[in-house]
Amino acid sequence: MSDVRVAGTGLTPFGNSPERTSRDLFAEASIAAFEDSGVPREDVEGVFYGNFMGELSEHQGHQGPLMAEAAGVQAPATRYESACASSGTAVREAVTRIRNGENDVLLVGGAERMTNLGTAGATEALAIAADDLWEVRAGVTFPGAYALMARAYFDEFGGEHEDLAHIAVKNHENALSNEKAQYQSAIEVSDALEAPPVSEPLGLYDACPISDGASALVLTSESYAAEHDLEAPVAITGTGQGGDRMALHDREYLARSPAAREAGAEAYADAGVSAGDVDLAEVHDCFTIAEVLALEALDLEPIGEGISAARDGRTTADGETPINLSGGLKAKGHPVGATGASQIAEVTDLLAGEHPNSDHVADATTGVAHNAGGTVASATVHVLEVME
Amino acid sequence: MSDADDAVTDAGFDDWLDAAEDGAAYYLECPDDHTALPPRRVCPDCGATDLEELALPDTGEIRTFTVTHVPTPAFEEDAPYATAVVDFGPVSLTGQVVGIDVEDVETGLEVELEIATSETTGERVIGLRPA
Repeated sequence: MSDVRVAGTGLTPFGNSPERTSRDLFAEASIAAFEDSGVPREDVEGVFYGNFMGELSEHQGHQGPLMAEAAGVQAPATRYESACASSGTAVREAVTRIRNGENDVLLVGGAERMTNLGTAGATEALAIAADDLWEVRAGVTFPGAYALMARAYFDEFGGEHEDLAHIAVKNHENALSNEKAQYQSAIEVSDALEAPPVSEPLGLYDACPISDGASALVLTSESYAAEHDLEAPVAITGTGQGGDRMALHDREYLARSPAAREAGAEAYADAGVSAGDVDLAEVHDCFTIAEVLALEALDLEPIGEGISAARDGRTTADGETPINLSGGLKAKGHPVGATGASQIAEVTDLLAGEHPNSDHVADATTGVAHNAGGTVASATVHVLEVME
Repeated sequence: MSDADDAVTDAGFDDWLDAAEDGAAYYLECPDDHTALPPRRVCPDCGATDLEELALPDTGEIRTFTVTHVPTPAFEEDAPYATAVVDFGPVSLTGQVVGIDVEDVETGLEVELEIATSETTGERVIGLRPA
């Protein structure tokens, strides 16, 4: 399979900007991505855009063409919706299109406006990633669903809330130098343990914030990058996607993510790498327990042992395999539709030596981005490698 | 129900709630013994379309639960409430634990179905009462 170059990356700050429309957010991210890439807008052949709750937060459907227009691109555009994995799936579709030789240059990304809904409104909007009839109507919220998995994990493998607190502490620490992060503030384990409960056993510091923001990537074929002498040293070399039953109660295991395992195995095989080759990863830590499940699904930790990875320093910035050097969803923020493509941007910049935290991974050549939707009924995994 | 007894229902799901209220909750089984909850025309495991309605066992066991303090607006006045995933044998389902203090809910607790009502909206909610 040919590889797909990440020619440009662009992110807005993630955070609290309730008055900003998603078209404005995506425009800003796209401007940054085009400037970073050196690719002219007229060469773009399509826009692959991720968004989850646009109908609820902005009364806006049909966002594809709106975003092409916002980015100043004259090309067909499609919105991808897979809950929190929306732009992960958009990246995967774009990668597939370029590899098939159908396109040479695509604009990929996502945006989400959420804070204008308020906490209750955003909680309601996020909940629709679950099965409405059988989960939401029983009062399952998004934090509630992950709390169900967290308790199941503790019961099956052990571990306690304090282990999860170490994940929040780590990701806040990583975000300190990330000027795009929603939280650039260090926290202590005690802060997390003393925070108010959201859905027990998870508390406020186990949860990612509600965020506004956008991400954009300019992806090109190998041949386009070579012909135009682009400075694009990092390529997406593997892509995978997995699926699972929608409702948590319909799954055999409540504390595992087979969809992410499937996506990871496919992406590793596609890139010709194994978990042992992975130098760093951005994983979908919408809740602290989600980072644990992701590490185990990606074979970066054995089943049942991911819970201690942050506490024991295996996944901290100077650990064996740093996880979420951007701050992750927990501290960087989680504008849902933007997250998957933003993870690709972070891994690219980390590998290219252009990230504030690149010094922690100076010799890294292989990174992974893991994006999950709902309680991981959707998952995408991408492998990125330094090519030159 | 709320004021709208003539409101459009969700076929299959509301019928199941009606049956559960009459003590006749059911699950679906295909010829290969895969099981599922309605509304469903096709077995999600194998694609079989010959699905039979069978009686749901009377009691189930809590597999996991959470106590939610930050609800959606539809459960604002219900919080804090306990939501549990319960294994009834052939199928598991999710519901709110009723008839017990939320502090006393635990994994392994045996419960039975009881269709309850949301304090916030008056809508029907799948309830689970200690058996």
